[in-house]
Amino acid sequence: MSYHSFLLEPISCHSWNKDRTQIALCPNNHDVHIYKKDGTKWTKIHELKEHNGQVTGIDWAPESNRIVTCGTDRNAYVWSLKGEVWKPTLVILRINRAARCVSWSPKENKFAVGSGSRLISICYFEQENDWWVCKHIKKPIRSTVLSLDWHPNNVLLAAGSCDFKCRVFSAYIKEVEEKPGPTVWGSKMPFGEVLFESGPSGVSGGAGDGAGGGWVHGVCFSHSGNRLAWTSHDSTVAIAEGGKTSTISSLSSETLPLLCVSFITENSLVAAGHDCYPVLFVYDGTKGSVTFGGKLDVPKQTSQRGISARERFQNLDRRATSSETTEQGLESLHKNSISQISVLEGGKSKCSTFCTTGMDGGMVTWDVKSLESALKDLKIV
Amino acid sequence: MAKNTLSSRFRKLDIDEFDENKFVEDHDETVDNQGPDGAEIGNLIRRGDMMTAFHIALRNPPVNTKNPAIKERALAIVLRVLTSFKSSDIEPAVKSLDRSGVDLLMEYIYRGFEKPSDNSSAILLQWHEKAFAVGGLGSIVRVLTARKTV
Repeated sequence: MSYHSFLLEPISCHSWNKDRTQIALCPNNHDVHIYKKDGTKWTKIHELKEHNGQVTGIDWAPESNRIVTCGTDRNAYVWSLKGEVWKPTLVILRINRAARCVSWSPKENKFAVGSGSRLISICYFEQENDWWVCKHIKKPIRSTVLSLDWHPNNVLLAAGSCDFKCRVFSAYIKEVEEKPGPTVWGSKMPFGEVLFESGPSGVSGGAGDGAGGGWVHGVCFSHSGNRLAWTSHDSTVAIAEGGKTSTISSLSSETLPLLCVSFITENSLVAAGHDCYPVLFVYDGTKGSVTFGGKLDVPKQTSQRGISARERFQNLDRRATSSETTEQGLESLHKNSISQISVLEGGKSKCSTFCTTGMDGGMVTWDVKSLESALKDLKIV
Repeated sequence: MAKNTLSSRFRKLDIDEFDENKFVEDHDETVDNQGPDGAEIGNLIRRGDMMTAFHIALRNPPVNTKNPAIKERALAIVLRVLTSFKSSDIEPAVKSLDRSGVDLLMEYIYRGFEKPSDNSSAILLQWHEKAFAVGGLGSIVRVLTARKTV
């Protein structure tokens, strides 16, 4: 587990290149900085200045080496490396509110942008006009789209939004691809079709009365695309399996809301959020249940020294408890909320390393093997 | 330069009111759960059977109705049960609830906090401490984000 502090400002979003030697991140301003790894040090090699508003989403396409960024200035830019310089191309998204998240499709021939205009823009490159064109998915989204994730078949797109629902849409563009084959989520997939919708009016949740709900902060498809996980602002994490639309397994956790989630194997997922440490959840497909797997963080060794009576009363005075821990700050590696998780090695089926960035401006790379050995009752199935 | 640079009346205009695609709540008119039965609870309290009274009070919460009278009535009954508990009995009562029960109890506790009476706050704080030990911060977050509350 290595913690690197880039800056004091929060990292709004980040993305890695294909061989994980460079990271593009936004230090909560209008630019994108690209850092290159030199052994254990990070040096800034590029500054991408084009946006007029905070950059809210970055995605680096591994094969074609293009970066797409989107921001609160309602624009998106596709950056290509020409020699030693990154050159931007504007993409007109036709939205009238800020863009919130962006993601390249698996084949990198299109990307999706979620925005505050209550729609998703699917953008693809039109060869005749040499220009990026976009199509909108509007119905039935009723509020800001906060998170997106593509299905491995390059057509289905999961979107979590502020109207408390997680949905799977079809983003089939006939100009750039063939008709997709049937999947567990459905077989008819015209553009904009909703193949799955979570929530009280759709299907009932596992725990709780299903009448609540919160903004859906993070969504993630599993490696095969058959399972979809999402985290919500009411401190729940839920998993749905395609095909069995009447079963959504959800777990109401005892922690603060989780902001981001990613599958690390087909049955385990890691999520992190306002509690500043990543958490493991295990999904049992046969029972349809989500269980809490463990807290993934470096256990701190606190010194066991006696506490004097004077200190006890002082603690009672200041903090209303007479406990011995004199920890003034958080015990976790991150000192503020974690806003994004990305898988580094191993893909979503057998992840061996993943990385988290947060509002404390720091980035931590977590190694799954050493976590398993350090925390004894952790079991990643 | 724009003409009316002095008037700032336009700043008080709510632009989203004029949007055709405005989010309108789905009105769920299904009249379900009327809340716990006051007479039955009263009997149980007189007999001293607090656990049963507690469980019955938390059954059938009026979450879906828009009628405030029903909600007030249910709240009053639940608060009556909660304040009649002895301090030592609180912990086993909380332990006997499942996850959604703890969330519901937390909702009632916070509703009780809204209108403090003479000695309700002290006992409610004890309930809060025990419920928090079981439900954690997540149960409080669920009270804050719940859209259909009791």
